[in-house]
Amino acid sequence: MKFGILVNEGPYQHQASDSAYLFCKAALAKGHTIHRVFFYHDGVNNSSRLTEPPQDDRNVVARWSKLAADHGVDLVVCVAAALRRGIKDENLAPGFRISGLGQLVESGIQADRMVVFGD
Amino acid sequence: MSEAVAKKFMFVNRTAPYGTVYALESLEVVLITAAFDQQVALVFVDDGVWQLKKGQQTKGIETKNFSPTYRALEDYDVEKLYVERESLEARGLAEGDLIVDVTVLPAAELGALMAQQDVVFTF
Repeated sequence: MKFGILVNEGPYQHQASDSAYLFCKAALAKGHTIHRVFFYHDGVNNSSRLTEPPQDDRNVVARWSKLAADHGVDLVVCVAAALRRGIKDENLAPGFRISGLGQLVESGIQADRMVVFGD
Repeated sequence: MSEAVAKKFMFVNRTAPYGTVYALESLEVVLITAAFDQQVALVFVDDGVWQLKKGQQTKGIETKNFSPTYRALEDYDVEKLYVERESLEARGLAEGDLIVDVTVLPAAELGALMAQQDVVFTF
């Protein structure tokens, strides 16, 4: 099955990003496809490469970057939501790209299922 | 970008219009989805029903009053607006308190409607 994923909450404050990541890992392990992960609302903060969690904690941002590198998952950050929150190309972590909301709608059209992770 | 088959997109709005940005940013997705010529329906449940309340005044919180946008939705062919009856009643609201024409449905019927959608976004 081809999944579209929407992440609506930022890292650490909320479990949404963790759950979305674990869902993607599990889906890929079962042979499913992740069409795209779209980051919206505070979810755009998952893409900041300036994030530095304590060493004994998981690195939410780096984990997403690794998922993109290992599986070619398309990580898209909403431009309008990103600019509101100080996320730009210059502080974007590897594997993420900034684009418009049309990418979310297109993912809804292309994917068999859209799964929303939020509050 | 044109797609031969339009999908049914439903937007479930659960939060008050101010206090968090969900309602405002949800509207942005709604407008883009309509621009993609998809079938769009909006649902207002829980505190989301406040998004449609008449007479919103936001000067005191120095935030933009975006409620007029709901009245502009029909210009984008977004005409399916559903409000959950239980949510309205629990907040002492009636259909006449809302700034747009809506269809008021009980939760059970809304659930059946959700089951018919291709894509459900919750904000």
